[in-house]
Amino acid sequence: MSEVRGLALVLDDGLSLWGGMDPASGRIIDAHHPQVGASLAGRVVVMPSGRGSSSSASVLAEAARAGTSPAAFLLEEPDLILAIGAAVAEELYGILVPVVVVAAEVRKEIEDGAPITIGADGTVRWVH
Amino acid sequence: MRLVVRAAEVTGAERLIDVTGAHVDSCLYHGEATLDFVRRLVDGRAHVRVPTTLNVGALDLLHPELYRGDPGTAERGRLLMDRYRSLGARATFTCAPYQLAEARPSLGEQVAWGESNAIAFCNSVLGARTNRYGDFLDIAAAITGRVPDAGLHRTEERRARLVLRLASDVPAGLRDADVLFPVLGIVLGRRAGSTVAVIDGLAPGQSEDRLKALGAAAASSGSVAMFHVVGSTPEAQTLDEALQHRAPERVDLIRLGELRAARDELTGAAGERLVAVSLGTPHASLAELERYAAMLGERSVHPEVECVVSTGRDVMAAAADRGIVEHLREAGVEILVDTCSYVAPILRNAAGPVMTDSGKWAYYAPGNIGASVVFGSAADCIRSAVAGHVVRDLGPWGGA
Repeated sequence: MSEVRGLALVLDDGLSLWGGMDPASGRIIDAHHPQVGASLAGRVVVMPSGRGSSSSASVLAEAARAGTSPAAFLLEEPDLILAIGAAVAEELYGILVPVVVVAAEVRKEIEDGAPITIGADGTVRWVH
Repeated sequence: MRLVVRAAEVTGAERLIDVTGAHVDSCLYHGEATLDFVRRLVDGRAHVRVPTTLNVGALDLLHPELYRGDPGTAERGRLLMDRYRSLGARATFTCAPYQLAEARPSLGEQVAWGESNAIAFCNSVLGARTNRYGDFLDIAAAITGRVPDAGLHRTEERRARLVLRLASDVPAGLRDADVLFPVLGIVLGRRAGSTVAVIDGLAPGQSEDRLKALGAAAASSGSVAMFHVVGSTPEAQTLDEALQHRAPERVDLIRLGELRAARDELTGAAGERLVAVSLGTPHASLAELERYAAMLGERSVHPEVECVVSTGRDVMAAAADRGIVEHLREAGVEILVDTCSYVAPILRNAAGPVMTDSGKWAYYAPGNIGASVVFGSAADCIRSAVAGHVVRDLGPWGGA
């Protein structure tokens, strides 16, 4: 696995990709989410946790196919649904979308728009 | 098997365990990736190893004329549903497999279920054991018959850590009103996230339909895969049992104000205008279909309102045997099976305002189909469908 880079998109609330992201446009469509309308495409999505629908794995794989997927996810707790969506994106299309767990303190330090690099070994580096 | 092993790595499980059944959500079309994936399985001659039910798909295969979207997309959706059937799964196409006698696992049984509301119901109401198996992993578990021994498959992980207690200002009438349950579910999801919580302060013996509405909403606003309700769910005969005889990590009160605010958030449309009513999310049970028919009585849906009830094809067949389907159709109610009115283009005028009794529908429909929503009880919905405009009874809420 090679390095993955992207600008942080810090979401205050967890997002369910199904019902929350349109894989055609890459945008947030969850009307209840504070950042509705924001584009996830190519961003390193930083959020406390995944949420909601078990269909989010399909939406992630489809977004990867369509080229609208986030570059990576940084979460405070493991999310099996996103991890499996990412595994299928890799299996079907050879596209890597790392889903990385970071400590809460680390997540809270990351500012929106910060350039983030995720190394081949899963280490996370960002510009303060 | 690679996916199941990857899942074991993510969850930190030390071994895999056998499951006795699966419910697969992967049959709903979300784009070509979903077809690319199942093609791999079909090409590899995969077949399910355990009895497997299927979740909703993109269209009603029994009433395809109800689909109002792009015919090409409908065809892709149908192809995906057929492919999953060809893997040996039963063509149930329902998000409420727990309503089918032969698909209901018993207390303590290990299964692999997808579909967030079904997962919550399976763990909480049936006391069977599943984690949140998302798309792809659900069918992988059905084919291998194995899942990681982690999370809610393990007794200690089913312990409630959070107690949510209804405060004394929540009126007795509201505690016993159907309309409370989806709203309480939204609050539960927000408060609990993915933590197992126990709700205290409701009368014992709450119905499966109420617990269904509660869990579906909680799994929309949060990642709730399991909850307890003291006196109503099988692992919570008492509060102490739900806590597995340990101290809770937190005890929170839920006050009337928070419930009213959550209720109001589910309504995005202002005024009394109404173009459609959607019931049956998650799929209506036989008891619910019976109630809708009884509420309608001799009355019919207003000619300018579209009233759709979603249910499973097996439940519809059982209702048809009792004359309920005919009664509803004659009253102007459309019965939709195999899919749901917020995952497929079904409604004539999806922009709304659309009224629903479902916290889950109210939560997702604005993003999915662009609907503006009015939330009310099932009785409010039926009354409004007949009247042709929004009618809501705020009595149970203390009048506001």
